[in-house]
Amino acid sequence: MTKFLEIDALTMRFGGLTAVDGLSFTVDHGTIHGLIGPNGAGKTTTFNAISGFYKPSSGAVRLRGEVISGLKMHEVARRGVVRTFQHSTLFAELTVLENALVGTHMPFRPNIFAAIVGYDRHDRTGAEARAREALEFFNLAHLADNRAGDLSHGHQRALGMAVAYAAHPDVILLDEPFTGMNPEETRVMMGLMRKLRDDGTTILIVEHDMQAIMGLCDRITCMSFGKWLAEGNPDHIRHHPSVIEAYLGGARHVA
Amino acid sequence: MPKVVPWFALLAALIFLPHVLSFSQQEILVYLAINVLIVTSYRLLTLTGEWSLAHVVIMGVGAYASALLTKMFSVPVPVSILLGGVIAALVALVLSVPLFRMKGFYFLIGSFAAGEIIRLLWKRFREPFGGPKGIKGIDPMPDFSIGIYDFDFFEPISYFYFAAIVVAVCLLILWRIEKSPVGLTFHAVHWQDKLAQAAGVNVRAYRTLAFTIASGFAGLGGALLAHYVGTINPNSFDVEVMVFVLTWAIVGGTATFYGPILGCVTLTILNEVVLREMGFEQARPLIYGLILILSILFMPKGLESLVQKLKPGRKSAVPVERAAE
Repeated sequence: MTKFLEIDALTMRFGGLTAVDGLSFTVDHGTIHGLIGPNGAGKTTTFNAISGFYKPSSGAVRLRGEVISGLKMHEVARRGVVRTFQHSTLFAELTVLENALVGTHMPFRPNIFAAIVGYDRHDRTGAEARAREALEFFNLAHLADNRAGDLSHGHQRALGMAVAYAAHPDVILLDEPFTGMNPEETRVMMGLMRKLRDDGTTILIVEHDMQAIMGLCDRITCMSFGKWLAEGNPDHIRHHPSVIEAYLGGARHVA
Repeated sequence: MPKVVPWFALLAALIFLPHVLSFSQQEILVYLAINVLIVTSYRLLTLTGEWSLAHVVIMGVGAYASALLTKMFSVPVPVSILLGGVIAALVALVLSVPLFRMKGFYFLIGSFAAGEIIRLLWKRFREPFGGPKGIKGIDPMPDFSIGIYDFDFFEPISYFYFAAIVVAVCLLILWRIEKSPVGLTFHAVHWQDKLAQAAGVNVRAYRTLAFTIASGFAGLGGALLAHYVGTINPNSFDVEVMVFVLTWAIVGGTATFYGPILGCVTLTILNEVVLREMGFEQARPLIYGLILILSILFMPKGLESLVQKLKPGRKSAVPVERAAE
């Protein structure tokens, strides 16, 4: 059986620095998979290599057996792997609805000739319905006509996810989705992610909020200094000596 | 419907305006119609965030192509004007291969270099481009009649009506492109190309698309010009003209569809009519430059920002020239 999303000996070098060093792990279909590690462990670099933002120095990323590493970002997206960004990367000048409409680019590919002669009503209404559905899902529908740049931080994060969700992805890569959210917003968002997973979307998530990660993920991969450190369910990771050591420092001083 | 009233007023104004103007002012009106198309097509390119310095040269490609097609292959003029646009678009498509490896400032300089290469090719090759003297005696539009009006293209009024109709149709197409999902994608590419890519947008393809369409309409504008003036040379499309286009776009503002049109019309009236009438013949470029500096200092968002202040309720106004059809 081919693995769903497989990261195989992924290595990322920047000049003399090896940010990710021979990292391998597998993400199963329909799970929420966490990627954790102390600052500078190479989590975001791994993300960038999976999503096509970087081309790996060596190793491969495979989706259903097909190599997707080295493809351009939009080509990776078209194979069903859509990412969000750290911070509030949005189309700040556009409205919330327009942001979500850009997200529908893949399911409703714009056609310029149809647009000129006005033969694309069907696609436009379909795209708008999908965009509104995505906003509805992330509780943003009432803000549809606001400028995205004017939203509160938590809403901006949610909109970032709505843009990704509007694209009907198979895998969503979430880069620190809970940053800037208050506990209540985090709780609501966790519920939405579980719902997404139950609908069959696979989620790979990088996050610093340990409580959220432990409560949310089915499986967690921990990395440190670019290397694979440990993998397992939240309980396993929570009590894993190497993980504790990586986060809290070497145990030998304590002993 | 009160909404259509302004359009009929504009249509009437455009029909009657040339009759109260002098011969030279009528000629300016023809240039103005063509320049509106140039600056509006230029805006389509700027939607994706890239500013090119090759736009006027591309317009020249359309002019040369149309002129040569009529001269060498006896293509009928209206057809050659359309083909001029198509050829300009194709040249832009080829140019986009190296140019869109660059972004921002580098694209700007790269486009300037590419434009100069084309212009120097015209200068260098007497066959078929006519060298520095360019092409003379380009076929005019053949006269025709539509029943209620006889187009006599010796008269600038006739050519103005013809150009205004062509430009109006082009503006309508450009407007529809901008308001379509394709236009939204252009905006997306401009504001966050990384996020657009993550949504599956082929950013480079969209930049190329905007460049090609904008160039096609610029080429059409150039062809319209060539068959009106009857003579073109490499210097008709040099960087000085490009600076004028940039000025119109900047003074008018590029956030709205009508901004560049407003800039083009206002500055042309100012330059050609007011300053000329006031007898500032020699000092015109000086005053023109001064106005440019002042408008950038005190009106950084362009003339369009004044219009938006005047009517707070309506955000997106419809293009001014559209009613000319």
